[in-house]
Amino acid sequence: MPRFETHNTKITAIAACVPKNEKRNSDYTWVDEEERAALIKNTGVVSKRVAPDHITSSDLCTAAAEKILSTNLTKAEEIDMIVYVSQSPDYFIPATSHIIHEKLGLKKSCITFDVNLGCSGYVYGLSIISQFIQNGVVKKALLLAGDKSSFTVSPRDKSTYPLFGDAGSATLLEYDEKAAPIFFHLNADGTGHKAIHLPVGGCRIPFTVDALEYKEIEKGIVRNGISVTMDGIAVFNFTIREVPKLVKEVLEQADKSIEDTDYIVFHQANKFINDFLRKKIKIPEEKFPYSIDKYGNTSSASIPLTICSELKEKVKNRSRLLLAGFGVGLSWGAAYIDSESILVLDVLELE
Amino acid sequence: MDINEFLEKLRIEMDDINPDHIQAETVYRQVENWSSMHALVMIAFADEHFGVALNEQDFKNTTTVQEIYDILVAKKAAINA
Repeated sequence: MPRFETHNTKITAIAACVPKNEKRNSDYTWVDEEERAALIKNTGVVSKRVAPDHITSSDLCTAAAEKILSTNLTKAEEIDMIVYVSQSPDYFIPATSHIIHEKLGLKKSCITFDVNLGCSGYVYGLSIISQFIQNGVVKKALLLAGDKSSFTVSPRDKSTYPLFGDAGSATLLEYDEKAAPIFFHLNADGTGHKAIHLPVGGCRIPFTVDALEYKEIEKGIVRNGISVTMDGIAVFNFTIREVPKLVKEVLEQADKSIEDTDYIVFHQANKFINDFLRKKIKIPEEKFPYSIDKYGNTSSASIPLTICSELKEKVKNRSRLLLAGFGVGLSWGAAYIDSESILVLDVLELE
Repeated sequence: MDINEFLEKLRIEMDDINPDHIQAETVYRQVENWSSMHALVMIAFADEHFGVALNEQDFKNTTTVQEIYDILVAKKAAINA
C-alpha cells in the first residue's frame, strides 16, 4: 500500500530562492498579442524567473539552504542527511547532492543522494527523509527541491516555454518526539512516462548533433531533440482522474476533512488545471494559495515556493497543511501535516 | 443536453473564441487561435457536464464539434446503461 504515516518528524523551516531575472509573458512575442493574452489567462503565469547560464538549480537550492543555516535553528555540522530532488542536475556524474554537500560544508557522515522527480518530488522527498528521521538515524536533514526548467524548454514552444519558471528550495526537518504524525499517499503510473518527456541525451537515445535541429511540430511549437515535450491532454486527464481521489484518500487516512485543514497547497501545474481541481474537490478559495502568477510552474519547488511566497505569516502558528504534487512520471503524492510552527523565510533572489 | 445547449455552454467556456465560430459543423482545430488549452477546456467541460472523460483518442477520432458532442452523449449513455 502506498499509504503510510511517519512519526517524530517536524518541519522546522522552509526557504525558497529564485533567479532575479524576470520574464513577463506579456513580452512573449513568439505568439501574437491575442494568443498571448489567452496564454496568460489560462496558464495564470504573468511572469516567471529564468536563471542565466551561470546559475543552476543546485545554486538556487544551496542559497535557500544557506539562508536556513544562517538562522539559529541549526548549524551545518548538525545536518545528518540531504536529499536533492530535481530533474536538472549540474552534471550526469556525480549526483548533484554532492556538489551541494561541498558548498554547504557538510560532514562526511551526512547521508547524501539525489532523487529524480519533478512535480511530485517535494512530497516524495519529505516522505523519504521523514522515514530516516522517525527511527532516530537522522536528527536533522535538509530537503532540497528545485529545477531549472528553462534549460530544457524550447523558447519557441508555446505549450511549455510560457508555463515553466526556475526555482529552488530548502526545507529543514528534524527529530521531535512531540511532532504529530505525517500521513503520506504516494503513487506512480509508468505507462504515462511519455506525457512529459525529454527523450534524447540519455543511454536509450544518446545525444547526436542531429538532436540540435529544430522542427515545427505544429503552429507555435518548434522544438529540437533536447527540448522537453508535454502532452497537455494526457496530463490533464491524469490529474482529473487521480488528484481528487488522492486528496480524498489522504484526508481519510489522516481522519480529517477539508474543514479541518487550514491550507491545501498544490503543485502549481497551471491556473486552469488547479482552478478546475479546486472546484471539483470543493476547496474554498481562501485555503488554496497560488504563486503561479509570479513564478510559473516551478516543478518540485512549487509547493515550498508557494508556502514562502503566500503563507509566510500564516504557518508560523499551528497549521494543518495538505500538500499535493502531481505530474511527470507520471507520479503523484500527498502529505497531511499538522505542524506546531514553521519558520518560513522570505523568497530570496539570486543574480 | 441537446446540441444547441451544448454549443451555448461551450461558447461561454471558450470566451476567447468568436462565438460565431463555434457551430456543430465547425472543424475545431481550424478555429482561429485554437490551442491545446481549448482541448483542456473541452475535457473539463466533459467532466463537469457529462461526467465522462475525453481522451487523446477521442480528439484524434474527431474533427467537428458535433462529433465531440456525439462521443460525450455515447459515453454518458454507456455509463448509464
